[in-house]
Amino acid sequence: MSSQAAPVETHDHHDIRPIRKAAMWVFLGSECMFFGSMIATFLLYRNETGDGPGSEIFNIPFTSASSFVLLMSSLTMVLAHNAFEKRDARTTRIWLGATALLGTIFLAGQIFEFAEFVHEGLTLSTSSFGSAFYMLTGFHGAHVAIGVMMLMAMFYLSLDGRLYDDRGLNVELVGLYWHFVDIVWIVIFTVVYLLQV
Amino acid sequence: MVLDTSKDLAPAEPTGIWSWITTVDHKRIGLMYGFTALVAFFVAGLEALLIRLQLTTANGTVLSADAYNQLFTMHGLTMLLVVVMPVGAAFMNYFIPLHIGARDVAFPRANAFSYWLFLFSTVMLLSSFVLGGAPDGGWFGYAPLSTQLEEYVRMDYYAIGAQLLGIASIMASANFIATVFTMRAPGMTLMRIPVFTWMAVVVSFLLIFSLPIFGVGLFQMFFDRNFGTQFFSGGGDPLLWQHLFWLFGHPEVYVLILPAMGIVSEIFPVFSRKPLFGYPFVVFSGIAIGFMGFGVWAHHMYTAGLGPVAEAGFGLATMMIAVPTGVKIFNWIGTMWGGKVSFELPMLFAIGFVSLFVIGGLSGVLHSVVPSDYQQHDSYFVVAHFHYVLFGGGVFGYVAGAYYWYPKWTGRFLDKKLGLWHFWLMLLGFNMTFAPMHILGLNGMPRRTYRYGEDLGWEFWNQVATVGSFIIGISFLLFAWNLIRSHKRGLPAGSDPWDGRTLEWSISSPPPVHNFDEIPVVEHVDDFWHRKYATDDDGRAVRMPDVSGGTISAETATGDDGSHEEEDMHMPSPSYYPIVAAGGIVTMGYGLVYVPGGWVVVGIGALISLWGVFGWSLEPVTRGGDHE
Amino acid sequence: MAEAAAHRSHPTPAMYWGIALFLGVVTAIEIAVPSISALDPIKVPLLWMLAAVKFFTVVGFFMHLRYEKRLYKTLFLFGVFGVFPLFIVVLLSMDAL
Repeated sequence: MSSQAAPVETHDHHDIRPIRKAAMWVFLGSECMFFGSMIATFLLYRNETGDGPGSEIFNIPFTSASSFVLLMSSLTMVLAHNAFEKRDARTTRIWLGATALLGTIFLAGQIFEFAEFVHEGLTLSTSSFGSAFYMLTGFHGAHVAIGVMMLMAMFYLSLDGRLYDDRGLNVELVGLYWHFVDIVWIVIFTVVYLLQV
Repeated sequence: MVLDTSKDLAPAEPTGIWSWITTVDHKRIGLMYGFTALVAFFVAGLEALLIRLQLTTANGTVLSADAYNQLFTMHGLTMLLVVVMPVGAAFMNYFIPLHIGARDVAFPRANAFSYWLFLFSTVMLLSSFVLGGAPDGGWFGYAPLSTQLEEYVRMDYYAIGAQLLGIASIMASANFIATVFTMRAPGMTLMRIPVFTWMAVVVSFLLIFSLPIFGVGLFQMFFDRNFGTQFFSGGGDPLLWQHLFWLFGHPEVYVLILPAMGIVSEIFPVFSRKPLFGYPFVVFSGIAIGFMGFGVWAHHMYTAGLGPVAEAGFGLATMMIAVPTGVKIFNWIGTMWGGKVSFELPMLFAIGFVSLFVIGGLSGVLHSVVPSDYQQHDSYFVVAHFHYVLFGGGVFGYVAGAYYWYPKWTGRFLDKKLGLWHFWLMLLGFNMTFAPMHILGLNGMPRRTYRYGEDLGWEFWNQVATVGSFIIGISFLLFAWNLIRSHKRGLPAGSDPWDGRTLEWSISSPPPVHNFDEIPVVEHVDDFWHRKYATDDDGRAVRMPDVSGGTISAETATGDDGSHEEEDMHMPSPSYYPIVAAGGIVTMGYGLVYVPGGWVVVGIGALISLWGVFGWSLEPVTRGGDHE
Repeated sequence: MAEAAAHRSHPTPAMYWGIALFLGVVTAIEIAVPSISALDPIKVPLLWMLAAVKFFTVVGFFMHLRYEKRLYKTLFLFGVFGVFPLFIVVLLSMDAL
């Protein structure tokens, strides 16, 4: 066949980057289902507060501020990615650091918020409302924490110029993951907080 | 074997235990999946035989109620999650890259990780038998039964074990999707992919989108059991679990059957010497089944009281899903129609698949009718139905695949005489076991009860079923013996024993580490066939005239005349990080089962998996030509 | 599969700042909506809509999905749009909507 057709060059060499990106998008599609199930659980139990407190203990100004912090971390992330594409390792590092910092502030805010709520009598086992609330926001927080760890790994790699080595993980994939964590929070902020007050 | 040109530049096949532990070769991982699933099949089969022994006579005394509960739960769990799904994964691992003309899957190390996580989770699930008792709340784990009795760890094993198996499946599925969509050989358009690989894609999508829902349900069950949450108890609603479970559980049954449908879609054309009748219809009906499979979950919940509107809707959707399934059956019959059918072993099993699947499918349509289902619900009629589709359908299909592809794995045929015994005994035993269950079910025998009274008149058919189940057991012992014996003593098969149509037959048996000496350029559906045959004026297939006396050798068919420039073939390097990461995660799983005391173990497991994951993601990737 | 879309020029940092400003403004509107009693009748759909605007702005621009191959869009939007009908049915059947 090669003798008569001799068509397309047989590129055995698949550039691995689009392959990873495809897998990342598949994974994020899957994560939509994961968070969708928990959001549906929350909607189901939004009024099942039993004897415990309900959405009246939410501190909307506080959560708005931390939501804004997470939203802006998407900006710093996309700037890091932009610099990464331009092979500007120094600027990439600065924005990566800023993103990790904003993520950490968000997490700190969430821990503070959880502590407040527990203080006011809402725990994991108070009511179905409490269970659903903590599960949804807790799993989201865990995703943010994993994201911060990946950002710090990228930051560390950038320190000695290994940012562009071919490894399992790169700034673009971390970025996709990070933005996803942000858009999940966009939905959570609306569904859990704004719609319940 | 035939392909020895320029072999010197290709990577050599490593040997030894360590090479299997660190392997990232999709073919070896596929074989390991298959072997593990076969062992688990015998375990689950043994569980089934014990259940049958208990039910042989009224007021059976073989098992206690407690042991019976564990056995029927583990039989279901093992058969579905540890046998049939991984057998599908075995075929997918081995043949997706060969079918699309690739050297490996997209992420070889993630692939190894999926396998190790699957293996360790399996060991964890089975170890529960000796560590405080196996799960005993049914494979469906309905709340609130599954969330009670917190002092026992049994359903914790279920919650964690199934969760870990799910993670392994999600990773494998993402891998397969990325492989098929980005690594096809030149010319291998989506509508030229072999049907088996198409079905693998559909299955991967089903898993990707349904497993996370199950995962959430399992977490909720686990939290309810261990942290006092109120998802299914207190203010919570047990019905939520049923929704979350069946949103996964129904796509899951298509996950089990679609790869088998793909396998027989490969087998019928080869043994009828005709192209698959209506290739696009088979592909699109598979995709349609995938879509519709997401919209029928509540037909498992008719008796839960969803209300007439929901029940009517789900009933209609369920009836409609019979349409794409029927399309496939007519396509298979159409493929055989007018073909030169040869009844080799794979073909016999494939025909068995279609016949038995039709019976199971028809009783499935009965279940879609709501009032009728109210009568049949939780009776042995349902047991008969799903064994006809999953055993008569699924297992016959996978066994057909094993007879079909064994020559590719080993270079040798499975023994035909033993195979014929296997087929006829399995067919007889299967129908003896499960056909009487229709009658028992209609007579009112309920599922999942460990005893029945003498006066109910159920003994005769139960005894027939028990005899049948032991015949199935014998037939599979013959199969296992055949697999072992033929590995060394089977007839040599060569690279293309069945006169195959798809690319895997164009390379040696067993295939070299790098699969293809030269990546093929594809121009047709069934490309390999078109390289071997031309069509004459009457539309009949004529072997292409060839140098080697009328038959074309696999060598020339691949265009491998040895004159091409050898490209560098760096295969991905072996890695032990996948097994470390998987081991760490399962250690965490064991710890979680025993919380709060187990938190220490969770911590240790977390450290091990962090080591594995970081070592893995920071380890340089070796891959052919990724110089950029 | 490589389409023209894949080669459309990516936004510049200045555009990213602009998009972030837009997102901030939408967030401010979201926070204000519950406190404006005149908007109460349309509060629920309005808030869902604003969240969707933010969601797809981030997906489209920050995650570059606007500029990506159709394959990636399909893979992801499958999940996004698949989850809605499933759980709407679940919640309806449990009388929670």
